[in-house]
Amino acid sequence: MLATLGATIVDVLPIIAVVFGFQFLVIRKRIERLGRILAGFAMVVVGLAVFLVGLDMALFPIGELMAFQLVAADFLPALGPGETRHWSDFYWVYLFAFAIGASATIAEPALIAVSMKAAQISGGTLDAFWLRVAVALGMAFGIALGTWRIVTGLPLFWFVLGAYVLVIVQTSLAPRNIIPLAYDSGGVTTSTITVPIIAALGVGLASAIPGRDPLLDGFGMIALACLFPIITVMGYAQLADYRQRRRSPRS
Amino acid sequence: MLVLQLGSSLRDLLPVVLVVAFFQLVVVGRPLPEALAPGQLLLGVVLVLLGLTLFIRGLEVGLFPLGETLARELAERGHAFWLFAFAFLLGFGTTIAEPALIAVASKAAVVVAETGMLGDAAAAMEQFALQLRIVVAFSVGTAVMLGVWRILTGWPLHLMIIAGYVVVLLLTLVAPPTIVGIAYDSGGVTTSTITVPLVTALGIGLATCIRGRNPLLDGFGLIAFASVMPIIFVLVFGILAF
Repeated sequence: MLATLGATIVDVLPIIAVVFGFQFLVIRKRIERLGRILAGFAMVVVGLAVFLVGLDMALFPIGELMAFQLVAADFLPALGPGETRHWSDFYWVYLFAFAIGASATIAEPALIAVSMKAAQISGGTLDAFWLRVAVALGMAFGIALGTWRIVTGLPLFWFVLGAYVLVIVQTSLAPRNIIPLAYDSGGVTTSTITVPIIAALGVGLASAIPGRDPLLDGFGMIALACLFPIITVMGYAQLADYRQRRRSPRS
Repeated sequence: MLVLQLGSSLRDLLPVVLVVAFFQLVVVGRPLPEALAPGQLLLGVVLVLLGLTLFIRGLEVGLFPLGETLARELAERGHAFWLFAFAFLLGFGTTIAEPALIAVASKAAVVVAETGMLGDAAAAMEQFALQLRIVVAFSVGTAVMLGVWRILTGWPLHLMIIAGYVVVLLLTLVAPPTIVGIAYDSGGVTTSTITVPLVTALGIGLATCIRGRNPLLDGFGLIAFASVMPIIFVLVFGILAF
């Protein structure tokens, strides 16, 4: 715990140096409520250390545990003699990935704030709730696809290429004012709690499934989880745009 | 206020815990393995909850007000050199302290060490994790700087992002396959708890100050850069290091 605390002081030091450095050297103004701000930094250091200890005790083990249990030989459907494992046998893995992705996203505070802002900009065309649903579905689909990729062992490159092509096509079709927001929505979905669980799940799956390599196959789920919300948000914006135009033709 | 933040962290964590509990109790339907004591797991979850709450509340009290005023003042003064320097250092500093990146880098170090590439000394693993975080932090700094440049010049966001995608795909073809997954994932984890609010504040502050820029259209999008650039930098790191 003390070692972690020492490490987090080093982690937080650069940003502290940046803000105080600029404050004293460039802005040259007294900082108001300095004591409060220093207390805030102390909370950041201690909070980060406590979080990192909990991460090793709970979040990583949970992700690994689920990965190993859901692909254990006695959990999967029984194999007949001479049969090989089909990817569809791992359906609980895909369902778990989807459920984690959807549930973690729908309640994410950062996303709630962003979607309300987006609904405001759109002037009523977009609905904050459905925007959140679009992001959650994108995230859930991205993670589920990521687990399917680990099970099948297909190269990550093709999935990312496919997602990029979809993003580019969608960008050319979607209403222009939604584009920066859609791009940013991919970033906000990956919260500090879900990322470690997803990382541990991916590495756990790749270690537990025969023929997979944790280094080659275990990573990539977070990347897909960031790309698909961009696609679904632009898709939702297009849908909303289309419905709006149908409702008020030639106006 | 701390209690309010605790509620928010709880809301973040609860759905995940419910899904895991449902799968453990209903789908798997087995007790936890011996090595994982339920008490330890529960204590870990509580620590995660408390730690994150304290961390975020501390950011709101300390770093965010200071960082946001700084971003606004520098944007108003419009001194290009200081603005770019601040953009780079802000991106770098926030990324080094990003908990999600610490988590993924340590996981990556463990997995790379298992292949025997690092030797299994704990020191070598720690060094790899730190190197990875520095590379990512460097890339986010560059990305935020580039994003500020975009806001100043008004270049279209999507063209720059698409160019980034093309570079990513080309680099993937020549990068060692072992780094590709880690590189792609590092793009997603950088933009999290600390980086997003401060970088967005800088973007919106700038777009508000400069005539002809729409804060809502031009203020966003810095984050998008910050999630493409790390992929490029980590792929290059992989090409050079492995």
